[in-house]
Amino acid sequence: METNKANQHKKTETIEEVVIHFAGDSGDGMQLTGSQFTTSSAIAGNDLNTFPDFPAEIRAPAGTTYGVSGFQIHFGSRKIHTPGDISDVLVAMNPAALRVNLKHLRDGGTIIVNNQGFTPKNLKLAGYDKNPLDDGSLSNYQIHKVDISKLTANALEDLNLGSKVVDRCKNFFALGLMYWMYNRPVEPTLSWIKDKFKNKPELIEANTRALKAGLHYGDITEIFTTRYEVRPAKLKPGTYRNITGNAALALGLVAAAQKSGLEMYLGAYPITPASDVLHELSRHKNFKVKTFQAEDEIAAISAAIGAAYGGALGVTATSGPGMALKMEAIGLAVMLELPLVIADIQRGGPSTGLPTKTEQADLFQAMFGRNSEAPLCVLAAATPSDCFTMAYEAVRVAIKYMTPVILLSDGYIANGSEPWNIPKASDLEKLDVTFHTDQENFLPYSRDKKTLARPWAIPGTSGLEHRVGGLEKQDKTGNINYEPENHQIMVNYRAEKIERIANDIPDAAVDGDKEGDLLIVGWGSTHGAITSAVERSRTKGKSVSHVHLRYLNPFPKNLGEILYNFKKILVPELNKGQLSSLLRSKYLVPAVGYNKVQGLPFKTAELENKIDELLRG
Amino acid sequence: MADTAVQEPKKYTAKDFQSDQDVRWCPGCGDYSILAQTQRVFPDIGVEKKDIVWVSGIGCSSRFPYYMETFGLHGIHGRAPIIASGLKMARPDLSVWVATGDGDLLSIGGNHFIHACRRNIDIKVLLFNNQIYGLTKGQYSPTSEFGKITKSTPWGSIDHPFNPVALALGAECTFVARSLDRDPKHLQTIIRAAAEHTGTAFIEIYQNCNVFNDGAFFHLTEKGQKEENVVVLEHNKPLIFGANNDKGIRLDGFTPKIVSIENSEFSKDDLLVHDENKNDDVLAFILSRMTYDPDLPTPVGIFRKTYKPTYDTEMQKQINKAIEKRGEGDLDKLFNEGETWVVE
Ligand SMILES: Cc1ncc(C[n+]2csc(CCOP(=O)(O)OP(=O)(O)O)c2C)c(N)n1
Ligand code: SF4
Ligand SMILES: [Mg+2]
Repeated sequence: METNKANQHKKTETIEEVVIHFAGDSGDGMQLTGSQFTTSSAIAGNDLNTFPDFPAEIRAPAGTTYGVSGFQIHFGSRKIHTPGDISDVLVAMNPAALRVNLKHLRDGGTIIVNNQGFTPKNLKLAGYDKNPLDDGSLSNYQIHKVDISKLTANALEDLNLGSKVVDRCKNFFALGLMYWMYNRPVEPTLSWIKDKFKNKPELIEANTRALKAGLHYGDITEIFTTRYEVRPAKLKPGTYRNITGNAALALGLVAAAQKSGLEMYLGAYPITPASDVLHELSRHKNFKVKTFQAEDEIAAISAAIGAAYGGALGVTATSGPGMALKMEAIGLAVMLELPLVIADIQRGGPSTGLPTKTEQADLFQAMFGRNSEAPLCVLAAATPSDCFTMAYEAVRVAIKYMTPVILLSDGYIANGSEPWNIPKASDLEKLDVTFHTDQENFLPYSRDKKTLARPWAIPGTSGLEHRVGGLEKQDKTGNINYEPENHQIMVNYRAEKIERIANDIPDAAVDGDKEGDLLIVGWGSTHGAITSAVERSRTKGKSVSHVHLRYLNPFPKNLGEILYNFKKILVPELNKGQLSSLLRSKYLVPAVGYNKVQGLPFKTAELENKIDELLRG
Repeated sequence: MADTAVQEPKKYTAKDFQSDQDVRWCPGCGDYSILAQTQRVFPDIGVEKKDIVWVSGIGCSSRFPYYMETFGLHGIHGRAPIIASGLKMARPDLSVWVATGDGDLLSIGGNHFIHACRRNIDIKVLLFNNQIYGLTKGQYSPTSEFGKITKSTPWGSIDHPFNPVALALGAECTFVARSLDRDPKHLQTIIRAAAEHTGTAFIEIYQNCNVFNDGAFFHLTEKGQKEENVVVLEHNKPLIFGANNDKGIRLDGFTPKIVSIENSEFSKDDLLVHDENKNDDVLAFILSRMTYDPDLPTPVGIFRKTYKPTYDTEMQKQINKAIEKRGEGDLDKLFNEGETWVVE
């Protein structure tokens, strides 16, 4: 490994965890810097959690506050559940990056800036009258002014590269400096550079030099006197990789398709923040994954229904506005009783809302968005890597119960990442699918005694020619039928089938005591913040437990029993109180909501304060 | 997936394609004829019943799949072409057919229709054009004529109608044809030709709704009128029509004109000769534009029949290529892509 030894006269301090925020212009390569730092930290054995913060505009003008692109990483030697409420260190490549992110830096935190980025023009674009680096306004922080651009240029001087190319290497200088500061292994980035610029030796040389220049700068400069050591975390043994929620969701689907022997068919229409599911799956054609970019979301799901009718694993992935468009077709899938997975990567709404910001406000849409009585299974992933598990589970339920399943994720876990303990394919549960072939007394709407699932009888099977459709059908035969009693029977069957899924899912697990003063019930991406807040409250001696729901319809069978054992129930959600309202109506419990709709995840501190408030009152 | 054993297609009769469901269209409805002609042609198309799927949307016409003893999916309003497309992509081995109405295909489902055409996905679309909304009891449709008086347009419709053939041509559909419910022989020929085509095949079928739009096409279907008002397109043949086959269509620049070929300066040799395989769209477009011209006969037959790669085969090719290049997917390899590390 590249030597990265501490200079003798610099002291090393061991810390448990740290949050670093890299910020710069969209063109400054901050996402790359962040993801390289992430890989290096993962390899150093830390637990971690990351969150990218992209500008909504594609190419926002350089130097503007709305063009700032950021990447936050929280890593440590203990279990890390969130990307961090506030950062300890802010690396700012220009004034706009400083201005946007200063309010998320803790008091006394460290700021590292690129001096050359603070030109009069950039200061003006960021709305500074005076240079904040000189006017004393940052006296609350430890500020380090580094000639990042200049030092990078010096290091590359004799390579005869254009000034644009040189400027593009400055993020690697910053990265090198942070590697020095936090004792990170450099090798993964060096090999990444070699691979990335395989055919451009001059860029390999340039980026390598910039990275090393940053590293050595930390060692020799007088500016930095301390480096930090963050020891490896105690993670479960295994092979790990870092993974985003969307990538995990896509892999979960591919895995389930393989383990069920079904060919996967994805119909999708691009929409933030779901498009990466389409992108990821489009790469895996050698798994016989067929991906189809449809003309709109209605088409995307309709095509997936057609594919499911033909015996494929039909999947569609979208976000809120796309969900709204798909609803009539989801109703059809409920009627046809075909397996289908619908992934909704939620974002802020209503309407176009906040495309790049997170929210959990599609739960009601998932539950009740269709006309009439059209129940289906609703699942929610809790963390980026949990998207893998829940996507796999969505497929299992869909094919076993012949039903559409809605899988809820959101922008926060879709783009956020964490280490994933990579499973062995052979350890994944086998998923059984049998297409019906028996011609004797074939009844398309006969039902499995246990699951109430109807047979999957696909075209191409001799003797099973039959018709299905969205009109109400006769019990067993599936022929059109408008009789009152029959309609009641069929509505009941469709409801009962979904309810029976509760017999086939894990009990809800309580984190903490099984009874006590306060139970927090969460779902989806709030998992990390709730877990951290509960941990902190417990160290303060409070009686707080936590249940995180992955199954929202049906609920786990033991949920009621759990709820009744606590004096108070708090339901934090990034909406106006959707799960809390479901819990109140089903279990008649006085669940209290804690609701935030700012396009942002909960901060641990916010939840901690809310817990304090409830237990005080 | 399905049984793959190669079998000689069974010998069917029309009756084999009749399902056990009672046909519930109004007595006298043109849909009966379309169903009958389809059932007559299907024994000859060389596909087993088990490999045929009819997909439909919503409307009187969309009840069609229930009456065909094949696989069938009665979908939702307007979405038949895309449900059928998804099915065909997943199962290129199937013969996939769409039954749809003018409201279903051109109003609520217009988007899916044009996109199916441009993709050239191998599905066959039968448009039952009665120029009215039948199932919802008689509102005007996107093919109703300007000024049409219906329940929803008591003062007359102020919508200009689509010309479905021109629309399909514009969307680059590779097989575009028109036929009539009341000309069984012609309709059979066209359905057979569609079955033989590889790629999106579109047939506009003028269909009489005797309840809400009776006689809309009588000038094209009834003896004594149709002879002067219809010109039948036949490949490599001049456009001749008239009770005594004494008239023809001649191109004057790009403008089709009626000429007499008896006792006149013109003969058969001066007439426009139809070429359905012409890849440039000019001829097919000129012919399609004759439809609403009150001075010209309405063309029926195959406007265009050309070939280009179909979406479903291209999709399958990419899968095969990916497997060839990277080998069949290996989950463990996929999971371990990129940077990994081991925790002991
Ligand atoms: C989403 C939706 N909107 C409206 C309807 C009502 N609807 C049913 S059929 C139809 C129009 C049918 O007209 P057409 O497609 O021409 O078929 P036809 O009955 O004439 O054969 C309408 C508007 C529906 N079923 N679904
Ligand atoms: S309403 Fe018209 S189109 Fe519908 S079945 Fe009756 S006659 Fe046929
Ligand atoms: Mg109609």
